[in-house]
Amino acid sequence: MATIIIGGGVVGLSVAYGLLKAGKEVIVLDGTDDDFRASRGNFGLIWIQGKGGPKAPHYATWSRRSAALWGEFADDLLKETGVDVAYSKMGGIDYFTDETELEKRVETYRSLRDALNDDYPFDVLEHNELKKRVPEIGSKVVGGIYSPMDSHVNPLLLLRALSIAVRKASGTVMTGVKVVDINAHDHDFNIVLADGTNVEGDRVVLAAGLGAIELGQKLGFKAPIRPQQGQVLITEKLPFFLRYPSSTIRQVNEGGVQIGASKAEIGLNDSEDIATSAALAQQAIDIFPHLGNVKLVRSWAALRIMSPDGLPIYQHSPIASGASFITCHSGITLSAIHARLLPDWILKGANGLDLSHFNEDRFNV
Amino acid sequence: MFEPLDKSPADVYLSFTFEGKSVLAKPGMNVATALLTAGITVLRNTPVSGSPRGPFCMMGACYDCLVSLDGATVQACLTLVEEGLVVTRVPIMNEVTE
Repeated sequence: MATIIIGGGVVGLSVAYGLLKAGKEVIVLDGTDDDFRASRGNFGLIWIQGKGGPKAPHYATWSRRSAALWGEFADDLLKETGVDVAYSKMGGIDYFTDETELEKRVETYRSLRDALNDDYPFDVLEHNELKKRVPEIGSKVVGGIYSPMDSHVNPLLLLRALSIAVRKASGTVMTGVKVVDINAHDHDFNIVLADGTNVEGDRVVLAAGLGAIELGQKLGFKAPIRPQQGQVLITEKLPFFLRYPSSTIRQVNEGGVQIGASKAEIGLNDSEDIATSAALAQQAIDIFPHLGNVKLVRSWAALRIMSPDGLPIYQHSPIASGASFITCHSGITLSAIHARLLPDWILKGANGLDLSHFNEDRFNV
Repeated sequence: MFEPLDKSPADVYLSFTFEGKSVLAKPGMNVATALLTAGITVLRNTPVSGSPRGPFCMMGACYDCLVSLDGATVQACLTLVEEGLVVTRVPIMNEVTE
């Protein structure tokens, strides 16, 4: 019997890829182009600095484990699919134009480093030191934080590579389908699609992004997630100047500079607006003044999938033992570990990998 | 090869440079027209594959005629020739080095 994965984005396909490697039969149910697709709108970072914070060092550790697996993961995808996902592990730098904000951030990172027994490398660089590494910074930049833990990737190529890899490993991907009902009994699942088709399997993995808000209830999950809008700009292709990605500016492997990312709590709204674009552009120019002379070629908005504390949720179903729920904001960062380690957690249930830190119980307070 | 339909000489010619080479144009010509007339058909190479590109649509839609003017990337077909313009190829892309 097959494991049915509801959701064909980066999260669903990463898990599908991993399950296929573990020898399972897999059916991925993927939505339509009109659905909200974080996998097609995200920023492409494998970002570690700042993740978790002093209250959730386990999230920092989990993210770092994924980052450590990423090199081999990218190599495997290249070998198996011929797609180079442009993984670059230069480390990342966050830039600051406000002294107080920089100090606050450094304070947070220090507490996190203490919580992780000093195993949390980062360097605080003041303006002049930073300018030696990144000569293009403007005078408004007071400093930055470099961390060798960060890296980036081309997220659309990743989606493509995963999609090819799953099909090559004989996974079935049904595209343009909508799940309308789930009949769940222990290890016996019948999933009803909008066109009346029934899909049967002995396990279900819910990785439907925002779609889990509705579908989660059918499997006993609380799925306390919400959309958070982010807007992104991209410039014309430029000669490479930006060796290090930051959480707001990176130069993609094809030359365009991607600028992000706003945060807005405005429900299921993925329209961009001029005021936000202008603010993002201004921020970028404050950091790299020469971008003021560069043309934007695209802008878009997409929806993050946020849990109440911003951390992933990994939850086995309380009503059907074969069902699992996976959701996270950082599907790119976690793609490698999702492919490598989640199959064990999915297949072995309570006897597998312990991810109880990330279950839904933490929201019962 | 491209040649102008109107072969009458102009009263005045404008002179500008492309990659340091002097090009003559009639007033009212755009940079793409002037370059094509001068026999210059390849204005850039694509950033990813390096494939050659020149003016194609001549109406601002295809973005294949990009050139560099005063440090900004512009479409040659939407830029009127002015006396003394210094036009160059868009900067060359180089690979990220690790």
